[in-house]
Amino acid sequence: MSTNEWPLWEVFIRSKQGLNHKHVGSLRAPDATLALENARDVYTRRSEGISIWVVESAQIHATDIDEAASFFEPSDTKIYRHPTFYEVPDGVKHM
Amino acid sequence: MTQAEQERRFQEKIDREIKIEPNDWMPDEYRQTLVRQISQHAHSEIVGMLPEGNWITRAPNLRRKAVLLAKVQDEAGHGLYLYSAVETLGTSREQTIDDLHTGKAKYSSIFNYPALTWADIGTIGWLVDGAAIMNQVALCRTSYGPYARAMVKICKEESFHQRQGYESLIKLCSGTPQQKAMAQDAMNRFWWPALMMFGPSDAESTHSDQSIKWKIKRFTNDELRQSFVDATVAQAEILGLTIPDPNLKWNEARGHYDFSEINWDEFWQVVKGNGPCNKERLAARIKAKEDGAWVRDAATAFAKKRAMKKSA
Ligand SMILES: [Fe+2]
Ligand SMILES: [Fe+2]
Repeated sequence: MSTNEWPLWEVFIRSKQGLNHKHVGSLRAPDATLALENARDVYTRRSEGISIWVVESAQIHATDIDEAASFFEPSDTKIYRHPTFYEVPDGVKHM
Repeated sequence: MTQAEQERRFQEKIDREIKIEPNDWMPDEYRQTLVRQISQHAHSEIVGMLPEGNWITRAPNLRRKAVLLAKVQDEAGHGLYLYSAVETLGTSREQTIDDLHTGKAKYSSIFNYPALTWADIGTIGWLVDGAAIMNQVALCRTSYGPYARAMVKICKEESFHQRQGYESLIKLCSGTPQQKAMAQDAMNRFWWPALMMFGPSDAESTHSDQSIKWKIKRFTNDELRQSFVDATVAQAEILGLTIPDPNLKWNEARGHYDFSEINWDEFWQVVKGNGPCNKERLAARIKAKEDGAWVRDAATAFAKKRAMKKSA
């Protein structure tokens, strides 16, 4: 039997309390339990994490790279969402 | 968009130091070059465990044993990061591994040399991991995102590999005359194969120009080899070991060490499968896959059973 039947899992690690889980890589495993154990052995050999998430890669929905320009266009054109858009007289403090 | 337009945009991204990610458009040849290079790199990490793994049970004390075990474990992790990176290019992991086993894919020729004595283990850490680091640090800025990220992680872990080897040699070289002689003997056997790790000379290297243009590689084989020699000479002096090259000497005008021509016949012989351990290494990898099949089968069966119980 081949490991190709094993799903691909994406591994996310929280390095310390107060931080987000962050994507660190992927691995193959037959189920979530083994995926977590393998993720521990492969991605946290030097205390890099206090919590691990594994998500089957097939469960991830992503934006289409070819549509990225139009998909993100609404935000690119709204420069007034940034504080630097606004002019404030020189003397104004704490703003 | 026409093919030419796509290629132009791709090169523009590369020139602007924008990383290429798995779903981005890329020329077929860029993809193939990466698959070849990254899988070869992954195989080297895995096959590289064999000469060292052989010494875990014979390490001279518990400290050295724990260290060697941790190092070999790291190499397995490096193999996995890299196999994952190859997979993002649309290849199947099993196929990648089978390509090693059928001899279609290569791995670093250094691992076809045997580790005969305990001094070889220190020397491998110092010179072989040292040469690998020289190469890998440069690859942290490679243009393909998943490869670059794997390299950053690997480089963080590698630095202890070289240091533990050097430390072990410091001990041997300040030990008995026999221990020192054992270290010198290891140096004599590993120096030239370590220099060969950087691959054929630039004049002979078939893929070099395009790889530099695509920023898969940032430096040529000869540039990296020179940096390695320049960095290593002083380290050998501190150990009191002699580098086995009568022509090794500082060239003031170049600002680099000069060294003898590599024995390229030997290099190509080993690449073609005729090194001292090629057959043994491949046989060990094939056996590992076959002997481990029941474990993978059992894990798959167990996962299925548990999933069935859950849905019942
Ligand atoms: Fe490694
Ligand atoms: Fe290493």
